[in-house]
Amino acid sequence: MDLHFGDSKPTDEERAAIDALLGPPESSWEGADRSDADLRWARGGREARERRDLLLPGLHAVNDRIGWISEGALDYLCRRLTVPPAEAYGVATFYAMFSMKPRPATVLHVCTDLACAAAGASELCAGVEARLGLGSGVAVERSPCLGLCERAPAALAIKAGDPVRTAVSAPATVERAVLAASSPDSAPEEPSAALAVPQAAEAGREELVLLSRVGVVDPASLDDYRAHGGYTALRQAFAIGPAGVIREVTDAGLVGRGGAAFPTGRKWQATASQPDHPHYLVCNADESEPGTFKDRVVMEGDPYSLVEAMTIAGYAVGAHKGYLYLRGEYPRALERMEHAIGQARARGLLGDDVLGQGYAFDIEIRRGAGAYICGEETALFNSIEGYRGEPRSKPPFPVEKGLFGKPTAENNVETLVNVLPILTMGAQAYAAIGTGKSTGPKLFCVSGSVDRPGIYELPFGATLGELLDLAGVRKRLRAVLLGGAAGGFVRPDELDIPLTFEGTREAGTTLGSGVVLAFDDTVPLPRLLLRIAEFFRDESCGQCVPCRVGTVRQEEALHRIVGRTGADAAPDIALLREVGRAMKDASICGLGQTAWNAVESAIDRLGAYE
Amino acid sequence: MTLIPLGIPRRLLEFTIDGEPVRAPEGSTILDACRSVGKDVPTLCQGDTLTPKNACRVCVVEVEGARTLVPACSRKAEAGMQVQTDTERARHSRKIVLELLASSVDLSTTPEVAGWLKEYEAKPDRFGPDAARLNEEPKIDNDLYVRDYDKCILCYKCVDACGDQWQNTFAISVVGRGFDARIAVEHDAPLTDSACVYCGNCIEVCPTGALSFKSEFDMRAAGTWDEPAQTETTTVCAYCGVGCNLTLHVQDNEIVKVTSPHDNPVTHGNLCIKGRFGYQHVQNRD
Ligand SMILES: Cc1cc2nc3c(=O)[nH]c(=O)nc-3n(C[C@H](O)[C@H](O)[C@H](O)COP(=O)(O)O)c2cc1C
Ligand code: SF4
Ligand code: SF4
Ligand code: SF4
Ligand code: FES
Ligand code: FES
Repeated sequence: MDLHFGDSKPTDEERAAIDALLGPPESSWEGADRSDADLRWARGGREARERRDLLLPGLHAVNDRIGWISEGALDYLCRRLTVPPAEAYGVATFYAMFSMKPRPATVLHVCTDLACAAAGASELCAGVEARLGLGSGVAVERSPCLGLCERAPAALAIKAGDPVRTAVSAPATVERAVLAASSPDSAPEEPSAALAVPQAAEAGREELVLLSRVGVVDPASLDDYRAHGGYTALRQAFAIGPAGVIREVTDAGLVGRGGAAFPTGRKWQATASQPDHPHYLVCNADESEPGTFKDRVVMEGDPYSLVEAMTIAGYAVGAHKGYLYLRGEYPRALERMEHAIGQARARGLLGDDVLGQGYAFDIEIRRGAGAYICGEETALFNSIEGYRGEPRSKPPFPVEKGLFGKPTAENNVETLVNVLPILTMGAQAYAAIGTGKSTGPKLFCVSGSVDRPGIYELPFGATLGELLDLAGVRKRLRAVLLGGAAGGFVRPDELDIPLTFEGTREAGTTLGSGVVLAFDDTVPLPRLLLRIAEFFRDESCGQCVPCRVGTVRQEEALHRIVGRTGADAAPDIALLREVGRAMKDASICGLGQTAWNAVESAIDRLGAYE
Repeated sequence: MTLIPLGIPRRLLEFTIDGEPVRAPEGSTILDACRSVGKDVPTLCQGDTLTPKNACRVCVVEVEGARTLVPACSRKAEAGMQVQTDTERARHSRKIVLELLASSVDLSTTPEVAGWLKEYEAKPDRFGPDAARLNEEPKIDNDLYVRDYDKCILCYKCVDACGDQWQNTFAISVVGRGFDARIAVEHDAPLTDSACVYCGNCIEVCPTGALSFKSEFDMRAAGTWDEPAQTETTTVCAYCGVGCNLTLHVQDNEIVKVTSPHDNPVTHGNLCIKGRFGYQHVQNRD
């Protein structure tokens, strides 16, 4: 490979940002000034190629410090990592948070997604844009769901510099959002994660299993975590050995909480038994599904639980390295997880010899950069490896060929955190919670037209109506979106649907990742559907035709019928159905396969255009 | 693609295609098996010299027990598999894929598409006159070849041929995402400022004519491109000792483009800049 680099040079600041991540370059081959030694020595070959996975962190480093990525900076990064510039350009342009053109140092992301739209995002946007016009030094960008739906409408300010500064404003007013953007350092601190857990304030909190520590422990204190039962599950894991852990998880009937509902024990067993090594553990904390914010609350409120759970999962599947792929728009979760991992490492709970048991395990955080598709498990591997976040075709499955082509178990944050009670209370006691086929507790992200939006923990089997009662559903409920943008709508007369995998399936809908978005009749349904279509069109990776073009054609059809009903809408609805069917059947990955579900259910179950 | 099979013979898998029992060597794709029994499945992004990216989805077939349709070009055949190549379900997806493509890009130089549009009764116009299209202008920035991405179906073949599958130059990649995804060089620069070494291997694999010789592009624009009138002669490149095979496409006694046989065990259709583009000296007569 004979790489060609242009003659654009990085600025000193760009160079410093990259060198801060990678260390100074060792020779002129990777961008240093030429020295005599360079005439006789070249860094290259295997050693250099292995650093490709630092591409995404490198792009972040530049974007964080400068606010955008220039030709010179990209070329220098490529030289350092021996990555062809065309490929790096393809990667950088894939992510929404990176800009390849100069822009103001501060970007204010204003959420215009479902819950925020219902809470007045368009007025917020208009107000913010009026105040932060040209010359204000702030770029205002409309953003998909920021994962702050319980405090909608939401805005996130990111100010490039060293260090980068962020401020969240939610619920946002024009004044507060403008303040966050203009001086992120003096913006008021975000409310505690416990506020996203309405049950925490109530009497029934002893019943909480997964959320029992949120709002109780100090998320920064490892000692506090231990004082509240932390690390007993890991001790138990060491006591029963990897096979014992997998047996417990299997007997407990744990099923993945990331949306696809795959049995966790089976995934772990399949990974653990692969002859190829090393094995990897990946925690999927990408959480970009509109309406989902449970993983954020767990990471912000009880970060050590995830560190402990990842350690157990890694031990079970025979991995010595775990990656936490964390959504790029979650600054506080990032900070808390970084801190927790650092503390755990300092105290021998991560590292070469975890708890003195001779087991080596460490966790590396990788930040996403604004791409919902990177939550798809194989796209996530590509993203970590420094490639475009495009899903791979399956088979082969991740348990066989996953991250870096090695056997990999990938799990959602909530799935992993469930392993702690399984080990502390035992598989049987755990399986007694919920129903026979959907065992254990489940987190639901409730937002929209309810009085107490937030994360609710209920045993599987509670009905939709019970959940909405807890959250204080408002009068004149028009529709509930179950399972997020990739899920489906149900009617207000269907609230007796049991919240289990089998119950929702029987009712012809899905639990997805546990999103429950309530809409009263003030929300214009056709607009909402248009927003969902727009989301999928924006987030399609573009790899396969049914999804790349199909999402565009569907959005166009929905535009045409926004104000229409009956016979006026019929031809376009027929077209939507035909395209939707092919997308479901022929797309490569779950994004294209589910992109049409919500709209289809609105037409069929809600009679959206009748 | 070795000509002499080495090692132990591969195990034969038995399965069915459209109800007929077939046997195929382990490792074959469903498409290989279909073709070996004379069944036609349409393909666009599949190429005989590359690992398919299975991105176009026009080759989808139904496999018993699979939740979704399956791309025949890349799914490996398995013993006991029951494959249906021509069901209503598969035909529906193919038809929609053809409509989606034909309504967004210019398929006028994609061989076989016109026939498939007819066969599947595809009506690309039904998305209306305002349906989004690529609307790209041809990029003419060098004398050797033209990039007309208005014709690009994003099959990834050129990226793979330029990258780790053959050329290892990595001059082009997919940039952007979704409907805005395009093939481009670094920083969207002109080709002349890129890492391109003008081997033309990307042109060799491009299924749509989005990448073409400047000579062909100009003749098409002038209305003088006449494929039936062309003769093809395969010869040996005289530049260096590698001895690649060249196929000269000649119209009116002029070489109009150069391709290379894909079944050549050494080159698999790949050439270097001299073999691909250095033919002018042959026809300088004065
Ligand atoms: C487009 C798309 C986005 C996804 N996003 C997420 C996500 O943000 N978090 C997540 O845990 N799973 C997500 N998934 C599901 C993952 O692919 C995978 O099934 C899951 O992480 C497996 O973990 P589990 O078995 O613990 O559920 C997504 C899937 C698709 C198709
Ligand atoms: S379905 Fe959509 S997101 Fe998934 S691979 Fe295809 S284009 Fe990409
Ligand atoms: S230019 Fe040609 S080979 Fe490259 S992706 Fe487009 S259609 Fe495929
Ligand atoms: S095409 Fe290039 S490599 Fe092949 S024989 Fe000709 S000059 Fe040599
Ligand atoms: S934060 Fe706006 S919809 Fe989720
Ligand atoms: S030919 Fe199989 S997906 Fe394109």
